[in-house]
Amino acid sequence: MPDLEDKPRLDREIIAMRVAKELPNGGYVNLGIGIPTLVSAYLAPGQVVFYHSESGVLNCGPLAEEGEEDINLINAGGQFLQPVPGMSYFGSADAFAMIRGGHVDVTVLGAHQVSARGDLANWMLPQRGVGNVGGAMDLAAGADDVIVAMEHTDRQDHPKIVEECTLPLTGKGCVSLIVTDLAVVRCTPDGLVLEEVAPGWTAEEVQELTAARLMISPDLQEYQL
Amino acid sequence: MKNKILQSFDEAVADIPDGSTVMFPGFGVGSPQNLIAALNRQGAKELTGISNGHGGTTGRVDVGTLIEAGQVRKMICAFTAPTHPSRITPFVQKYNDGEMEAELLPQGTLAERIRSAAAGIGGFFTPASVGTELAEGKEHREINGRTYVLEFPLHADYAFIKAWQADTFGNLQFRLAQRNFNPIMAMAAKTTIVELENEIVSVGELDPDKIHVPGIYVDRMVIIPPDGIWETGP
Repeated sequence: MPDLEDKPRLDREIIAMRVAKELPNGGYVNLGIGIPTLVSAYLAPGQVVFYHSESGVLNCGPLAEEGEEDINLINAGGQFLQPVPGMSYFGSADAFAMIRGGHVDVTVLGAHQVSARGDLANWMLPQRGVGNVGGAMDLAAGADDVIVAMEHTDRQDHPKIVEECTLPLTGKGCVSLIVTDLAVVRCTPDGLVLEEVAPGWTAEEVQELTAARLMISPDLQEYQL
Repeated sequence: MKNKILQSFDEAVADIPDGSTVMFPGFGVGSPQNLIAALNRQGAKELTGISNGHGGTTGRVDVGTLIEAGQVRKMICAFTAPTHPSRITPFVQKYNDGEMEAELLPQGTLAERIRSAAAGIGGFFTPASVGTELAEGKEHREINGRTYVLEFPLHADYAFIKAWQADTFGNLQFRLAQRNFNPIMAMAAKTTIVELENEIVSVGELDPDKIHVPGIYVDRMVIIPPDGIWETGP
């Protein structure tokens, strides 16, 4: 086995580009912080998505240009938004009724770990002693589909896809798809199915950097952009 | 009609005793900074704060100002870590030193517990946090094949509210994403104190179809003076 640590991997923009293909046309989508935030830049021509923000905005448009920011128009990541036709504003109770009530079709979240059963851990690193749960547990429980967009391994190159999460959970069995800089992995009732690998990577190499067993899809293919 | 309009923030918070539970709205914007600064001057201690975050990350006046001054004994919130690990906020310092307690909640559970208090609901079952450490020790129930946890209302003695506009009756309007926790907190507290970005207009001047918080929930209002604290964004 060659030294996989030094082998080139896909960058965050490519992960975001791959996730964008998963968003349903006309769907209501909530994007988390980090790589998920980048997804909105990569919609296909004609693909229409309505973005929901926990800050109380539906149909969020692009970020505001410098010098044109409105103090009162921000997304959940604290970024200023451009006002666009069709936006609506509401309070926190309504923002989360939309989430828990199943009205949000897809959420894209970052993760510290995802388990073989689709458990998600993304709100706390115990060495920090405190955590930011924010809206993640509501999204994990309420969105129809939870897509995780993350690097395949952490900064010490430990696998982030694991048999059992060792970090505090955000939700159990909630993840439907994992998109990383090495692979696309689907969470199924039978376990994790490797569907796509990054260019130049083999299924065996991806398995090497994954701490849970991957079933290889009979239709395994190169990362589809 | 009772006059709800006061001339100063200091007057508006003067009677808040030690040990009060106070709600602080704001999610990047919509934070009642002038009321918080006044409570900081007033000096009430042993407070319980209910808020989305714990403040102290922006260098501006927020609930972190009260925490840093040692006025807060407990925070009930959805964010307890600084957004960047290298920044130690006043809350994290005092929490790690054992000087403060915290109750961490999913943001939607926080919002719904406040809304429940406002609406006289005794409790509710939510799917959020099931299977996580935040659900430990809470009553679980399976309803139609799905597991939920029981959550109770969050009441408060005072709510500090930031609004865009009001009439003399206390009907409130918010602007864009400024709304966030403001309406439900205004509804949930025994005494609701509002800071306003604009002049208070006469009754009849606001469109009744566009009132976000009806005046029944509002007790005191103060207009932010030109030399007051104005939000500069998140």
